[in-house]
Amino acid sequence: MYNSIVMVKQVPDTANISGKVMKDDGTVNRAKLPAIFNHEDKEALELALQVKEQYGGTVSVITMGPPRASDMLKECFYMGADKAYLISDRKFAGSDTLATSYVLSEAITHIGKFDFVFAGRQAIDGDTAQVGPQTAEKLKLSQVTYVEEIKKVENNIARIKRKIDGGQEVVEAQLPILLTVIKGAQEPRPFSAKKIMIYKSAKTLLDLEKIANGNSLLNLDELIHEHKDKNLYIETLSTTDLSDIDVSKIGLHGSPTKVHKVESVVLSGGDAVKIEPTREGIGSLIDELLNDHILG
Amino acid sequence: MPNFFTDNEDLKFHFNRFDLREILEIQEDNYEQKKRFNYAPENYEDAMINLEKTLELVGDISGNKIAGRAAGVDEEGAHFDNGKVTYAKGTQENLKDVAKADLAGMVLPREYGGLNVPITIYMATAEIMARADGSFVNIFGLQDIADIIKKFGTDEQKAKYIPKFSTGEHTGAMALTEPDAGSDLQACKLKAYQDEDGQWRLKGMKRFITNGNGDVHLVLSRTEAGSKDGRGLSMLACYNDDTVVVRRIENKLGIHGSPTCELQFNDTPAELIGKRRFGLIKYTIDLMFRARLGVAAQALGISQAAYEEALKYAKEREQFGKTIYEIPAVKNILLEMRVQLETGRSILYDVAKLVDIKEKLEGKLEKLKAAGEPFKEINNRLKELTKRANLLTPILKYIVTEDSNKITYDSIQIHGGTGYMKEFPVERLARDARITNIYEGTSQLQIVASIGGVINDILKDDFDRKAAKTYSGGLERLNDFLKEIREIFYESLKYVIDKNDNTFQDVAAKDLVELYSYIYTGYLVLEEAEELSRKKFIANRYIVTSLANAKKNAESIKSELFTDLLHADEILI
Repeated sequence: MYNSIVMVKQVPDTANISGKVMKDDGTVNRAKLPAIFNHEDKEALELALQVKEQYGGTVSVITMGPPRASDMLKECFYMGADKAYLISDRKFAGSDTLATSYVLSEAITHIGKFDFVFAGRQAIDGDTAQVGPQTAEKLKLSQVTYVEEIKKVENNIARIKRKIDGGQEVVEAQLPILLTVIKGAQEPRPFSAKKIMIYKSAKTLLDLEKIANGNSLLNLDELIHEHKDKNLYIETLSTTDLSDIDVSKIGLHGSPTKVHKVESVVLSGGDAVKIEPTREGIGSLIDELLNDHILG
Repeated sequence: MPNFFTDNEDLKFHFNRFDLREILEIQEDNYEQKKRFNYAPENYEDAMINLEKTLELVGDISGNKIAGRAAGVDEEGAHFDNGKVTYAKGTQENLKDVAKADLAGMVLPREYGGLNVPITIYMATAEIMARADGSFVNIFGLQDIADIIKKFGTDEQKAKYIPKFSTGEHTGAMALTEPDAGSDLQACKLKAYQDEDGQWRLKGMKRFITNGNGDVHLVLSRTEAGSKDGRGLSMLACYNDDTVVVRRIENKLGIHGSPTCELQFNDTPAELIGKRRFGLIKYTIDLMFRARLGVAAQALGISQAAYEEALKYAKEREQFGKTIYEIPAVKNILLEMRVQLETGRSILYDVAKLVDIKEKLEGKLEKLKAAGEPFKEINNRLKELTKRANLLTPILKYIVTEDSNKITYDSIQIHGGTGYMKEFPVERLARDARITNIYEGTSQLQIVASIGGVINDILKDDFDRKAAKTYSGGLERLNDFLKEIREIFYESLKYVIDKNDNTFQDVAAKDLVELYSYIYTGYLVLEEAEELSRKKFIANRYIVTSLANAKKNAESIKSELFTDLLHADEILI
């Protein structure tokens, strides 16, 4: 039996961008973008579910994000996750990778014991690939990056295949451990229709607050209780719940990374140049590449 | 990320106008199932959300997984080595995905692990999946085997066979056809006998059995030794054990992913499903409604794929300094295809709902009878519905599968020489469509099956009611055209009846059935045009074309075209 926690993120669908999506402070205006399940995180969840199927245990998913990230958490349920946590607080807004990994590590500690922490290698919005490794450091865990497959887990030692330049290597590591999973590792399973029918009505604390506020006949505590009973409650954690958290290390002011300017770079090609397959032709190509500092 | 449900505006239009209230009320035991199953819906609205989400899931798997594998499945096909059938790699992956998504038993009841979706939604699923890979639907649709066991089997049989269909561990096969019994199933010879222990055993051959390598077979067998006709046939279930030998699989024009097997049963242990002697006259006939609906859904899905390819190609391909889409003759073909596609869909879901409610009421009737409660009202309604289903299921299959052949050929035509090449998917679509107007009863048999209802004009009251309605704007003109088609139909019918010649009537049946189908379909699209203004174009082209076709049908009948049948032997040298 091995218990896993999977860090997942809802990201802007960078393949379908329209309109003004960058704010003046250099952060992304998420409200302007369709949000999707970061694909490498979905593959990380797939890997965790495979561990559960083979060895037993539970799979919890955790995300730090705005309330609408609950849509993605529901999708985690549709794939087979047992429990979901939304880490949401206005105080987290503007966090860079350092602040994010700090919050996530605090939340993971709060959730409790685990054998594996999984994450996608990187999210398609920032492409930093930093949050996984930083979280491992903060939790003082061994980490294996670029993971493609978990070959075996035995006596608390995991045998893991990871991608390296020009091939793969197989490593062994002692649990608990944090793994970052690379694109193409394992095709995520389709959603289960039954689970969709069950978990489509799963709610976060924020969802329930909204419902309770809009209806004087409903009581928040009762709603929470009712949803917990049916296993339809998405645990929602804020700075209040994470009591040990140091608020100076979170949010915009806890983030040393500052984006000063974002430019849209359009790569434009010029006319095609035909190069004759002769000594002269190749020589002039080499000269041109040297002049452009492409070779050098 | 193509989703074959959400990207299909016309299918969504139909989904949004499905009125499944009565069907779901019976199917969900007045929503009592929620108490036993956490994935059952709370009420009608909840059920519709579940069904929509299910179709979104089907659309996702079809668009993002199954479709991408279809060319590989077609090229590789099912294998037969050392007596063992293996699916193409893509088919195997499809089966795994479908099982993981809980769709393998979507039409089966919850107590046996199924999703308990109505037939109407099951047909939408078949349509969506067929758009991705026509051949896969042949295997997917065989969850019907478990559904027949649900309808006619004992509780013990249900518990034994159905759950493994729901999980996708088992697939099935419907073994009806034999070397000498194709369209004429009464001629079945495969013998079922009881050994000294009373165990039923099967001995004999079956041919052209779709998925004959499946795990559970339903076998139409002669239990009454010495009998010659359909009344000596019963339905038996058996596992595909060592006594069932696949002798060969067929090398087919299309649907390569679906293995078509010749089977030999060597004293195979089996058990009776339902009552003896009811195999053909009740269970197979009953099965045919579903099978024909399924084939129509399959054909429609293939048509959708062919249309999409044609439209895409026409908009990309440039000739004479413009896209060929801009050429009126090409655009006109696309319009014809689109109208056939959409009217086909209108018929499919109208008939699907009809068969759906018919089956639900049959279940309800059984329950009322068992409880000793009055059932006369339901019984009368059922009689009416069965009459309609007997007429409309064959009409549906006839029209949609013939149109699918036309649409896939037109798609090749729009592609020009490119469409003839294997690199493009349209030639595969045409090969896959080609079986749909043959199996589960040829088009000619569908005409035979529906002509009785046409001659008796059983939709008369319906048509009268619809004709008397007032339609908005230009649609009244289309109603007038439909009235004109009706007059043409009655004149043609009278001509055939007055002639009082069976041979003449047999060949004229095709024209009469087509005439009747124009009126039926015409009123369906006229109603849709009242709801959605874009549909006015579809209704207009369909009804105007139908009026022209109706005149042609009438002319074939009245010009005595068929009298040369008398001289056939001289002509057919």
